[in-house]
Amino acid sequence: MLWNTLLLALRSIRRNLLRSFLTILGVVIGVAAVITMVTLGNGATKAVSDQIASLGSNLLMVRPGQRFGPGSEDAAKFKAADAEAVRVQIAAIQAVAPVSNKNVTLVYQARNWSTMVTGSNNDYFLAGNWHLAAGRTFTEAEERAGKAVCVLGATVREKLFAGQNPVGSQIRVKQFACEVIGLLQSKGQSAMGSDQDDAVIMPLRTVQRRLTGSQDVGMLMVSVREGVSIDAAKEQLTLLLRERRKIAENEEDDFRVMDTRQIAETFTSTTRILTTLLGAVAAVSLLVGGIGIMNIMLVSVTERTREIGIRLAIGALEREVLMQFLIEAVVLSSLGGVIGIALAAAASMSLSGLMQVPYLFDPFINLASFLFSAAIGVIFGYFPARRAAQLDPIEALRHE
Amino acid sequence: MSQAAPAGPDDGALIRLNGITKTYGRGTAAFAALRGVDMRIDEGEFVAIMGPSGSGKSTVMNLLGCLDTPSGGSYQFRGVHVERLDRNQRALLRRHFLGFVFQGFNLLARTSALENVELPLLYRGEPASRRHAAAAQALASVGLTGWEHHSPAELSGGQQQRVAIARAIVTAPSVLLADEPTGNLDSKTSHEIMELIAALNRERGIAVLMVTHEPEMAGYAGRVIRFVDGRVASDQRNAPGPADGEDG
Repeated sequence: MLWNTLLLALRSIRRNLLRSFLTILGVVIGVAAVITMVTLGNGATKAVSDQIASLGSNLLMVRPGQRFGPGSEDAAKFKAADAEAVRVQIAAIQAVAPVSNKNVTLVYQARNWSTMVTGSNNDYFLAGNWHLAAGRTFTEAEERAGKAVCVLGATVREKLFAGQNPVGSQIRVKQFACEVIGLLQSKGQSAMGSDQDDAVIMPLRTVQRRLTGSQDVGMLMVSVREGVSIDAAKEQLTLLLRERRKIAENEEDDFRVMDTRQIAETFTSTTRILTTLLGAVAAVSLLVGGIGIMNIMLVSVTERTREIGIRLAIGALEREVLMQFLIEAVVLSSLGGVIGIALAAAASMSLSGLMQVPYLFDPFINLASFLFSAAIGVIFGYFPARRAAQLDPIEALRHE
Repeated sequence: MSQAAPAGPDDGALIRLNGITKTYGRGTAAFAALRGVDMRIDEGEFVAIMGPSGSGKSTVMNLLGCLDTPSGGSYQFRGVHVERLDRNQRALLRRHFLGFVFQGFNLLARTSALENVELPLLYRGEPASRRHAAAAQALASVGLTGWEHHSPAELSGGQQQRVAIARAIVTAPSVLLADEPTGNLDSKTSHEIMELIAALNRERGIAVLMVTHEPEMAGYAGRVIRFVDGRVASDQRNAPGPADGEDG
């Protein structure tokens, strides 16, 4: 009985191939959109968390204020002395890099390039997992005296030196000349889409004196020794900084210590929200596709009134006509689901290549979209099907 | 023959109508299409129902075909009170005992002749192999061997009506209900169709109830019932007609 009804449904879909295709187009697009959005979102999330995880699990970032990211909170900035104190007083900590940034334009001969200069110390290369391609890092004297020396990232070298060895050359940074002493190995694009190689690193004091004109340090990058518990290190760090910043016992921290896992979570929660939003928008189109099915099924019932009359006259039960139309709707919408899944696989594979995020097949969203499309067939097919089943055979046969 | 003299109640009559009335609408707008119809039809009879339009002949066909229910009176089909059956029970009765042929053929468009004929078997739940065989055989018996895979649009009117007849008889029904089966056909084709129907009646013992307004076609029937104003005006038996006797 069910098999026969399925057969009937397939026959009638085959008889109206073009209309059937147009009917399911909405569901096809809806399913494809939902799956593609979610798949790409998952890929982006994965890319971000991979990127941050590659920084190493022993990295801590300390920023003033409670919010992550550039904030306008009035919490006091750190000083170079804070970094020094952390390194000296906490045994669990291997390296501390105070970081201060400034956007400037670099000039070499006829070429110039705008970028962000990072002021720090040699610990920055350790904490940030940077390796030298050529030259050297800073000497202690250079750091202490704030000498005009810098280490360039691969992009900056490309822009200013067009692939030539920059080590030993002088570039102009604002009013002063700066000697290039080292070149960093390329890291490529970050998960957030920024170019990590677009970097210039100078001693902290150089940046403070000659570029920012202040003693402030925007952030501390702290590397915890191998084999030491991150949580223990975080706790010691927090205690020390509270003490140095004179925070009373009943007051909240006015800075934030984050490990890479937390940083990853901060970023991935953002991408996840975006994924959910995009997925929801796509789901609306799936719903619209369902309404499209109902619309066409209603038209189809009217158009096939005579056919329904014939079926009823030769002895089809109300239930059988209902099932025929319902199954027709479900078969149509599931077919739309299957085509949508195939389309989504093709789209997300090519788009993930284009967006440089990994392609992650998510069985859950594929299955859920398929089931949802089938459910759409049931929900939006029921009303037209019932209308067909309840037709009066005499009236239906007389219908032109 | 089954046109033998009537006997007592429940003597194996195929159809028995007693005081059937049918009223459409309500109140002052009410229209009585049937005003008390009594009728008895035996197994294997060939009955033509005639009458001017509005006389109630279509209404009585719908009732006989179990497509509609009477407003009053009783309709017994082989002793079963049809007026007491619900919609689904009447559908089952149609499925197992009745075959329909319409003036407008009423075949499914874009569907092959074979699939059209298979349709009633599909609702009976017959397996595919038996469906194909039975449908092919029914098409052969109406002279359409070789046309199985043509769609209605590719067939002439006469051929379409033959497919419709094949669809009606594929289930071996007890009664064939034909509503002006030749109304859309030319004279020559009409006679061919009538000869086919008469042969099915004669050779398979299928009772035929046919509405027609052409006396020529009514001539094929063994009995002619005339309706006027919702009542049976006359009920006559035909002498064996010339067309009925000569061809076969």
